[in-house]
Amino acid sequence: MAKKVKPEELLQYDFKPPRQEWVDTPVELKPGTFCWGAKGKNLQTVGFPNARDWSPTEEDWKLPEDWQETILEGIADRLQKYRSFRLFMDVCVRCGACADKCHFYMGSGDPKNMPVLRAELLRSVYRRYFTTPGKLLGRWAGARELTPDVLKEWWYYFFQCTECRRCSVFCPYGIDQAEMTMMGRELLNLLGLNTDWIAGPVANCYMKGNHVGLEPQTITSNIEFMVEDIETVTGIQIEPSFNRKGAEILFVAPSGDFFAEPGTYTFMGYLMLFEELGLDYTLSTYASEGGNFGFFTSNEMAKRLNSKIYAEAKRLGVKWILGGECGHMWRVVHQYMDTWNGPADFLEEPVSPITGTKFENAKSTKMVHIAEFTADLIQHNKLKLDKSRNDHLRVTFHDSCNTARGMGILEEPRYIIRNVCNHFYEMPEETIREKTLCCGSGSGLNAGENLELRLRGGFPRANAVRYVREKYGVNMLANICAVDRAAMPTLMDYWVPGVGVTGVHELVANALVMKGEKERTADLRGMPLPGKDGEA
Amino acid sequence: MKILYPLLGVLALVLLAYAGVAGAHLNVLFGIVVPYLAFLLFLVGFMVRVITWGRSPVPFRIPTTCGQQKSLPWIKQNRLENPSSALGVVGRMALEVLLFRSLFRNLKTEKRGDRLAYGSAKWLWLGGLVFHWSFLIIVLRHLRLFMEPVPVLIMQLANLDSFLQIGVPLFYITDGLILAALTYLFLRRVLVPQIRYISLQADYFPLFLFLGIAASGVLMRYVWKVDIVAVKALTMSLVTLRPEVPLAIGAIFYIHLFLVSAVFAYFPLSKLMHMGGVFLSPTRNMINNSRSVRHLNPWNYPVQVHTYEAYEAEFRAKMKKAGLPLETE
Repeated sequence: MAKKVKPEELLQYDFKPPRQEWVDTPVELKPGTFCWGAKGKNLQTVGFPNARDWSPTEEDWKLPEDWQETILEGIADRLQKYRSFRLFMDVCVRCGACADKCHFYMGSGDPKNMPVLRAELLRSVYRRYFTTPGKLLGRWAGARELTPDVLKEWWYYFFQCTECRRCSVFCPYGIDQAEMTMMGRELLNLLGLNTDWIAGPVANCYMKGNHVGLEPQTITSNIEFMVEDIETVTGIQIEPSFNRKGAEILFVAPSGDFFAEPGTYTFMGYLMLFEELGLDYTLSTYASEGGNFGFFTSNEMAKRLNSKIYAEAKRLGVKWILGGECGHMWRVVHQYMDTWNGPADFLEEPVSPITGTKFENAKSTKMVHIAEFTADLIQHNKLKLDKSRNDHLRVTFHDSCNTARGMGILEEPRYIIRNVCNHFYEMPEETIREKTLCCGSGSGLNAGENLELRLRGGFPRANAVRYVREKYGVNMLANICAVDRAAMPTLMDYWVPGVGVTGVHELVANALVMKGEKERTADLRGMPLPGKDGEA
Repeated sequence: MKILYPLLGVLALVLLAYAGVAGAHLNVLFGIVVPYLAFLLFLVGFMVRVITWGRSPVPFRIPTTCGQQKSLPWIKQNRLENPSSALGVVGRMALEVLLFRSLFRNLKTEKRGDRLAYGSAKWLWLGGLVFHWSFLIIVLRHLRLFMEPVPVLIMQLANLDSFLQIGVPLFYITDGLILAALTYLFLRRVLVPQIRYISLQADYFPLFLFLGIAASGVLMRYVWKVDIVAVKALTMSLVTLRPEVPLAIGAIFYIHLFLVSAVFAYFPLSKLMHMGGVFLSPTRNMINNSRSVRHLNPWNYPVQVHTYEAYEAEFRAKMKKAGLPLETE
């Protein structure tokens, strides 16, 4: 396992391409860089085709007889449905501006991880079957046959892309490898070729309402534990409500936040903030997932999972929806939800009950990002904050790919952090905001069996964290994404030991002076506050 | 081979034109028939391609946001990189099309030992910009061959382009720039290992074509001078749709014209279509307002969902025990 591989060994690569041309280089599935194949039962739960148990390491992938026609029909269908797909198949000039922008390429040197080549894997087949020069001239026109090896290559590399869109920022035509990967994965799913790390959460989310498969009673008891911890730290008892009709706001978070550290601290942060505000909100066990692994499967599956949020908001009769800190959840909410499952005409235009601010940017979708909500509270001076409670932390901020490049929520979290922390340091500008580097585990890649891939993909981000750690002594990496919170601790331990990972609302809760709280001596993690442990 | 075949292909085109005119005296074919056919292919092909793209809908609003969104009034939005209005999109597209904004952002990633480092990398932006702008100016200058009288603006452009006042005939700056830019773009493709690795024959072929066109044009103007009056007689006869068998014009002219015809004919089949495609890119030409204005997907269809009722039916007992409210007791 990669854990045992030393960082020095993982860094034995360079950006020199091999001698052999890429079309002549068959795919080699390297252990530690791919996930296990989707189990039959998980595909069956959501009615996906070719549901069976299979293993990527075996020669036979148990494809249906007519797999080639299925793929070609699938391509034809999607060319007609998506202008992005059709256009991005045609207009690339291979200028190479994207080549060294992908974190997987930057961390592995594998040339097929240059976004341009990852797209050519698909484009070459498109040319062969859908363009005249490709049909007539074959390889001379950059075309190639669709063979089982090509299919395996697709599977291997389309699950080595986190759909982070960094390449599309630099492309002169805005060609977006995330779109290519989404199309590629849709095609693969027509043959039952998913990974189980994605298919499992999809099945869970469909049946139980969240990726991790928590049943209703487990959600409530998990949150009860958090409530106890909050009482220990603050002396304040909180009673969150679940599935409550008539609440003003439905709060939806990524389920990772009520399941594992350090996401749970972020969730405690939400609860404490809402308690202090006296917010009339409820949580849902049915729509208990903001994230959407369907988005890493197919458009249809993503829509099926996403439908629960509006359905539950309607059933409970809330006025609007507030969403927690999550990356791809917000790509979906911001750019897809209203189109899929709207119009949300049963909801009202979101207005902050505390400040009266109308969130006009969310007046149709009716869902507000918690960083927008909290930034507004702070700007209106509605929170009493003691920054010094975060003085033991030297914080940097990692922009999540999806919120940065599929939404543009850049200043809100920074504004919050500056108001709750005294020590905030930015990473180099080439690695933040729209140029932010992915954690390497997004889009359903945060499994265990592909740890080497994740460590490689996360290396560019870790490299930037190391820079601020050495320069400013940074010891905490803040973010607004549940996958970051799940994946980054491993990444930091490996590449930059001594740096922790936190959600922004954990920092808020630490600084938040609550009415009637006892004197705080520890932060949410139980770590002694500065000056409270006799050390200063 | 990826480089050699396209080069041989372009050389073959040159020889074909030379043999056809100097040897077989097929002046009508190369002076009238081929240019008309090529132009027709270009027009029809270009339109077909753009219409094909246009017929595929844009089901989702997916701009790549490259700056701060419009949210709270006191947070400064980046109106160009994250537009929330049509005007913003026009600005963003203008920057992209006229100044190659995205390429200007380019960085170079280097691995130095156990670290990654980023440097500025503006050469591709500069080379691309010089090539495209020179090309545009040259095309506009050529309009003087297709118009009578020649519009003042075109004359002024030509004057501006030759303001250095070197040589007779006056040297056009863009002639030098386009050759330099094309040479740079070619050398970059060959010398940068990653770029050579991703390059296809379809990347070298247009480069050689354009080099051939620029070189033959330069030779025709400054070295093997051709009778410009005869050239204009031909070009005017072509645009007025009264084609006349041209008078004797040097073979170099026919080589130039044939290569231009080749570009026209090849254009709709090739990556050169990025000229039309750049305007249609959904990640660049859309307003980032998907939460304030609902975007419609023309093929949105109902999907199978797992309803709350089904969920409650499965977990009713457990929910009751946990004290959760139920629809059906």
